[in-house]
Amino acid sequence: MAHIPDGVLSAPVLIAGAAISAVGVALGLRGLDPTRIPRVAVLSAALFVASLVHFPAGLASVHLLLNGLAGIVLGWAVFPAMLVALLLQAVLFGFGGVVVLGVNTMDMAVPALLAGGMFRLLWRQGAGPRRAALLGGLAGGGAVLLSALMVALVLAASGRAFETAAGLVVATHLPVMAVEAAFTAALVSLLARVKPEMLARPA
Amino acid sequence: MSPAASRDGGFDSASAGRPLMARLDPRTRVVLALAFSLTVVAVEHLAALVLALAAALVLAVLARLPWAATLRRMLALEGFMLVVLALLPFTVPGRMVAEPLGFAVSAEGLTQAAAIALRANAVAVALLALLGSMELVSLGRALGRLGAPERLVHLFLFTVRYVAVLDGEYRRLRLAMRARAFRPAAGPHCWRSVGYLFGMLMVRSLERAERIDAAMRCRGFTGRFHSLEDEAADRPGILDWGFGAASTAALALVAGLGLS
Repeated sequence: MAHIPDGVLSAPVLIAGAAISAVGVALGLRGLDPTRIPRVAVLSAALFVASLVHFPAGLASVHLLLNGLAGIVLGWAVFPAMLVALLLQAVLFGFGGVVVLGVNTMDMAVPALLAGGMFRLLWRQGAGPRRAALLGGLAGGGAVLLSALMVALVLAASGRAFETAAGLVVATHLPVMAVEAAFTAALVSLLARVKPEMLARPA
Repeated sequence: MSPAASRDGGFDSASAGRPLMARLDPRTRVVLALAFSLTVVAVEHLAALVLALAAALVLAVLARLPWAATLRRMLALEGFMLVVLALLPFTVPGRMVAEPLGFAVSAEGLTQAAAIALRANAVAVALLALLGSMELVSLGRALGRLGAPERLVHLFLFTVRYVAVLDGEYRRLRLAMRARAFRPAAGPHCWRSVGYLFGMLMVRSLERAERIDAAMRCRGFTGRFHSLEDEAADRPGILDWGFGAASTAALALVAGLGLS
């Protein structure tokens, strides 16, 4: 859903999105020790693969965004990781475009960063898997909601004609939010049991 | 998922009989893709956008993209974009042309929806033709040589590699679930199981990455790659300059039409 194609948004929105993403990517790369790159790449590839998998939710089939999870395990590196994943999707599948890459990255990475920050603030090493599941669900669902709101905001800021569509974007993502929350809760509780150090600090 | 998987190890066949697109310097293609997108996003006029879409289709022919797959991708704009487009004729104020079921359809809205559909498709086709038909490793290197940050290029190259690896891993885990009679159906059980599936995928990937990290340090990796091909030597050839000039002319025509 963060695949707004080229040609929809207005120039000021595009420029603002590109500027915010550029700052985020620069900060993410600066904190990225070159020898840690393989690890971040494996995680961003895992997220890319996961986002290609569609699964049923009621009548529709949804694909996961996983940006809340990405924020938890990647920290600031989520900006470059999202940029790479979105570039791959644009080049391989024609989803999204080049000029909107900045806006799309921002819509996905900013909520991810916030969700990850919230998670790390409230989760302590050694806390049980139940607490991890609760916080993970909150981060997963919250990041999707925030992404949908940002997409809606970006659309609405590009012209009054998009306001109805913006509302629809948020409405259609409410079920995705529920699925993503359940999914992330299960995943994070598994990580808390199997590999808790993954939650304690970003890769 | 299959497009990513099929790319794994897809080495270029012999250079004879390669499409024109494949003989261009990767950097030429990246620069062109960028110029094309910027031009198309900037112009408003419908005639110019039709011309741009035609240009994108010419690129697709030059890259010998498979027609059926390309068409399918053009139609496969994401669902919510289709909704956005379908709503525009009703939400843009302007001259009324029809009134189905009491909702006014404006001419301006129809024009705007057409413009967006043309733009999105033109950029998508051009991207697939210029960049999608290229080996992703060449794309990463070209980005690096055009000045993209080194760490970002490394991240891109590693990610490309691991997408194929993880795809295989995912299939293996999924097969194991199917062997235990798991069937996806809406409901908490399915969502939780898929959550565990990806949790396991991430744990395994991270452990794999730690092994890779150790192996790379063993071989003296300090954060730099050393390319075996002497890339500084190959310069854009006459083909690149010629193709670049032709494309610039075409883009100028699009821009001229669009701004007049």
